[in-house]
Amino acid sequence: MEGQIGDLEVEKHVQYILSVEKRKDNFESVVMEHLRMNGAYWGLTTLDLLGKLDMVDEDEIISWVMECQHESGGFGGNVGHDPHILYTLSAVQVLALFDKLNVLDIDKVSNYIAGLQNEDGSFSGDMWGEIDTRFSYIAICSLSLLQRLDKINVEKAVNYIVSCKNLDGGFGCTPGAESHAGQIFCCVSALALTGSLHHVDKDLLGWWLCERQVKSGALNGRPEKLPDVCYSWWVLSSLIMIDRAHWIDKEKLIKFILDCQDKENGGISDRPDDAVDVFHTYFGVAGLAHLEYPGLKAVDPAYALPVDVVNRIFFSR
Amino acid sequence: MEWKEEGEERPLSQRPEWSDVTPVPQDDGPNPVVPIAYKDDFTETMDYFRAVYFADERSLRSLHVTAEAIHMNAGNYTVTLSNLDFDFAENLFLENEAIGRIASRVEAVVWHFRRLILEALNADLHEELNFIKKVANGNPKNYQIWHHRRWVAEKLGSDATSKELDFTKKILSLDAKNYHAWSHRQWVLQELGGWEDELDYCKQLLEDDIFNNSAWNQRYFVITKSPFLGGLEAMRESEVNYTVGAIIAKPENESPWRYLRGLYKDDAQSWVNDPQVSSVCLTVLSAKRNTVFALSTLLDLLCHGFQPSQDFINAVDALKTPDLDQSDSNLATAVCSVLGHMDPMRVNYWAWRKNKLPAQTA
Repeated sequence: MEGQIGDLEVEKHVQYILSVEKRKDNFESVVMEHLRMNGAYWGLTTLDLLGKLDMVDEDEIISWVMECQHESGGFGGNVGHDPHILYTLSAVQVLALFDKLNVLDIDKVSNYIAGLQNEDGSFSGDMWGEIDTRFSYIAICSLSLLQRLDKINVEKAVNYIVSCKNLDGGFGCTPGAESHAGQIFCCVSALALTGSLHHVDKDLLGWWLCERQVKSGALNGRPEKLPDVCYSWWVLSSLIMIDRAHWIDKEKLIKFILDCQDKENGGISDRPDDAVDVFHTYFGVAGLAHLEYPGLKAVDPAYALPVDVVNRIFFSR
Repeated sequence: MEWKEEGEERPLSQRPEWSDVTPVPQDDGPNPVVPIAYKDDFTETMDYFRAVYFADERSLRSLHVTAEAIHMNAGNYTVTLSNLDFDFAENLFLENEAIGRIASRVEAVVWHFRRLILEALNADLHEELNFIKKVANGNPKNYQIWHHRRWVAEKLGSDATSKELDFTKKILSLDAKNYHAWSHRQWVLQELGGWEDELDYCKQLLEDDIFNNSAWNQRYFVITKSPFLGGLEAMRESEVNYTVGAIIAKPENESPWRYLRGLYKDDAQSWVNDPQVSSVCLTVLSAKRNTVFALSTLLDLLCHGFQPSQDFINAVDALKTPDLDQSDSNLATAVCSVLGHMDPMRVNYWAWRKNKLPAQTA
């Protein structure tokens, strides 16, 4: 039918994700082995958004997640791997999906995360010290979900993020670094979660963000860079958090995301006809959820979890 | 220090200088999640690494085995990635991780132990920079390499400056927007100096690609922070000239328009009053090609109290299409209408701008 928006191949994507969960010997899983915790978060959250979380073995997953916890309290990307703040957030998010945050020693995890804050308010990713505003977001998001934000110096954390604000209204990884949609998502979310959005020039940033939409309807991450489905999440979540999501052409973006599907084998890729992976599958589906594509659960733009999961954490005690 | 002795191809187990060491195999635990089939020589190298690591032996042979492990590890994922049709280039989260950490469980420890050995041996760190350069070829997004490089550079202090700038320059010559390279380069400039040629470098990159937003960002970084340039206000005039030239060359280029606004930072009045700013808008509008950013800049000027001459009114009139409301009472609303038509992707944004126009806008 002329002008009709295409179909989301829900069943195919579900099967794709389940196959990624199971297979451990194919090439993709070997390449991804060290970030399996991230992969689990992307795959499982997608399943939940599609209403199919019950298709996995919850107990097996929870026990695997806990095996990835290091004695420091942080989580590694897989069993026996070094802890890093990236995998710690994913672990917390996966447990949240199953309403199993109670299996954690909350203080132990929180202390690991809080221990990564530096004097200037920034956060390191692990003991080796890389600083990046991504880690500020991760720390704040995790601690917020664990309801332990009081373990860090929030004011300093906010000040550091604000110091990374650029004249175009965007944010980079460190002060002076180029504005990048991924970093912007991290900074805006962190500010949102700490009640500090007044530091954002919403009009200026909103314009920068909506300028990411290119002719095809897809979004890129910086001026003159190639578009990618994952920016459907980062740009769109940021716009939603600053109440400017209506500044992009939603129909065109939906069409682009749907064009990135592998309709035969399931999964979504960065752009049409490329190889799929679970990362882009998650961001494509989550982007569609933000765009109110029918049949998908609502997703929280800051926590990057289904809204009902977030509500369950904060409102049902 | 060469990572492999000249012509040394023998496995470690067959080299006499290692005969006193018992290799320590990897302990995957009772239920290995993924039994990765590493190549035999890598497995052996790691077994010997573990032996000296657990013994805390900070010797020359330990240094060699870390080099072998690092090179082989790099080899592992360079080879495997070339078989893959993945495109991680635009993927922020995977940049560091997938390309750099495929055997992450060992890699961070290897680099860390290497640093301990370098300190214990009081090694020549200039040589170390050369070592890193070799490893980095083909691994421009490996976080461990950048971190190690930073550690060495910090120790060498200003002695390392030119090497660090050369190193990032080389990475950027392959990928002029590499976010890690830029991040490292900014760190070098702030910690070690070397600002003298940075503005020229930005100029060169922009000559290669005037659309390179990273280079524009770096340009701003330099003019605001370089101790040799006198700061933003001192540089403003020459930078405005430069930017206007870039805009005229490619009016559809987003970066110089934002850069131009950035040159005035919080001083909107000076921006409004600078005749070069309004004049470049008029030039682009009159040429009637790629006018979107010129129109949005004119809109911003009007919102800040700019009083347009008849030339501006005529130029915008010439851009109106017949279906537009010809009776828009003022220039600002006319500009919003034209923009809504010319840039339909962002029609809601331009409609919002129209609604938000301050009462006295021309």
